[in-house]
Amino acid sequence: MKLEVAIRKRLGALDMNVEFSVEAPVVGLFGRSGSGKTSVVNAIAGLLKPDSGRVVVDGCVLFDSARGIDLAPEKRRIGYVFQDALLFPHLSVRHNLLYGAPRAGGGAIGFAAVVELLGLAALLERRPLALSGGEKQRVAIGRALLSQPRLLLMDEPLAALDNQRRMEILRYIERLRNELKQPVVYVSHAVGEITRLADHVVLMNEGSVLAHGSVQQIFNRADLRPHTGRYEGGALIEAEAVAHDARYFLTRFRFGGGELVAPGIDTPLGARVRIRIRSRDVSVATVRPQGISIRNVIEGNVTEIVDNGGAIVEVAVRLGAIDVPARISRQACEELAIEPGARVFLLIKAIAFDKRSVGFAAS
Amino acid sequence: MLSAEEMSIILLSLKVAAASVLFSLPLALAAALLLARTQFPGKTLVDALIHLPLVLPPVVIGYFLLLSFGRQGLLGGFFEQAFGLVFAFRWTGAALAAGIMGFPLMVRAIRLGLEAIDPRLEAAARTLGANRWRVLASVTLPLALPGIIMGALLAFARSLGEFGATITFVSNIPGETQTLPLAIYNLTQSPGGDSAILKLCAISVLLSVAALVVSEWLNRRARGPGATSLA
Repeated sequence: MKLEVAIRKRLGALDMNVEFSVEAPVVGLFGRSGSGKTSVVNAIAGLLKPDSGRVVVDGCVLFDSARGIDLAPEKRRIGYVFQDALLFPHLSVRHNLLYGAPRAGGGAIGFAAVVELLGLAALLERRPLALSGGEKQRVAIGRALLSQPRLLLMDEPLAALDNQRRMEILRYIERLRNELKQPVVYVSHAVGEITRLADHVVLMNEGSVLAHGSVQQIFNRADLRPHTGRYEGGALIEAEAVAHDARYFLTRFRFGGGELVAPGIDTPLGARVRIRIRSRDVSVATVRPQGISIRNVIEGNVTEIVDNGGAIVEVAVRLGAIDVPARISRQACEELAIEPGARVFLLIKAIAFDKRSVGFAAS
Repeated sequence: MLSAEEMSIILLSLKVAAASVLFSLPLALAAALLLARTQFPGKTLVDALIHLPLVLPPVVIGYFLLLSFGRQGLLGGFFEQAFGLVFAFRWTGAALAAGIMGFPLMVRAIRLGLEAIDPRLEAAARTLGANRWRVLASVTLPLALPGIIMGALLAFARSLGEFGATITFVSNIPGETQTLPLAIYNLTQSPGGDSAILKLCAISVLLSVAALVVSEWLNRRARGPGATSLA
């Protein structure tokens, strides 16, 4: 899917000027709330008219102020999953699902397939009022899919759900990405969701695009760290599952800078995954420690120490082609005399990785 | 039991009220949609105009109707020429007067119903490929149904009770324009009619309660099985 967006729009105090052009199956739109993410997807869907600019999806011009083109939302074939589902309360689940399905039938995505994919069979005759939050969101995704969209917009679809439901819906979204090859623009301010789902990220701030690129590029760039998450900061590596240990339920992953052990053996061998290493989960040692429970001990060179004079410093260590930041106390850093160029060992507990930090890279 | 005369009064009242609601409903819907969903210059003026019957003395409305819809009146002449429809001193005139008096109530209730709908539901429908008309028919109107039913009920009840505009416009003609309130008024003007008055009053109460019950039943049906009452 190729998406070209170049729009200007004045919205109260926010002067939006958004321009990017990406080609990827799943594009993540990432930024703080109020940065204009929702306005961008509304402009793509035709629910918000930009003051000027262009929106083109796969060569199809949806909006072009210079040429006077502004397709009505119903003519754009852009699916939209809203944060709060917005199911039609007066229709049953079945009729909600069928609302946007072409009358003539026979789209690329069939009713039965969607019901199966999203596990909706037991819900079909129910009314939206009788559904839980997670069920509502599954129906909303199915309803959008059945309208046979060329592009599916998802605006914070997990924001209104509790943690357990989030993981559940996330798995469904992964399935529609992997099995249906449905192009998606995924809006979120949660790093975990973006790194798990998106291939390409557009980073937004105060109504404009700060940077865009592959998930790895954006989330490993130190200069963007204030925007990609202060507390959630860390590195993102692409790795391959090379071995399972069924006895201890551990999987071994190989990446450019070495190997990592993480829990869970549901990743098929040979699969490429993205693993997020949070910098606060990483410790540093100057000698290889003995008699220690930590499973991941990886050697590398210090490239940079970010010291803002507070209690915490961030030590960046080069592993392969990536700088992995470790967040440690300034006192420890000085006591161990860690300096740029020093040879150190990074220590990461295997159980620091959970289902949120490991996601499949799109094949 | 009811005499033939009383029966004809009741049937006439119901006919007048039903006709007034039936013919004003589409207009009230259009007016409510206009006020709830669009912005245009002069909107405040249109809003005020619709509300006039609510604030003006009914006699004044009746007199205006007499001037414009009388046989010599501009509109009255037009309707007689174009459709052979005469309002002056006919039951149709009583229905017109009742419809106009109930119109603001109907528009207000429908408008409230429309404004209670999340406009993003309509936006969602459009992203699913529905054009404006299909959104109106399949999302907006079904969701506004409780408001529409409430508006129709208020207008119906208002029609059953209409007095001032009716008596001014179409007079008090037994069998043609003498609805329940007019008949009650007539009886109060002659001595010794107390029992007959009380009987008609009781019928008035019964009709109003019946209208309420029917609208509540419609409302439940509109909200689907298992839905609770909004009363």
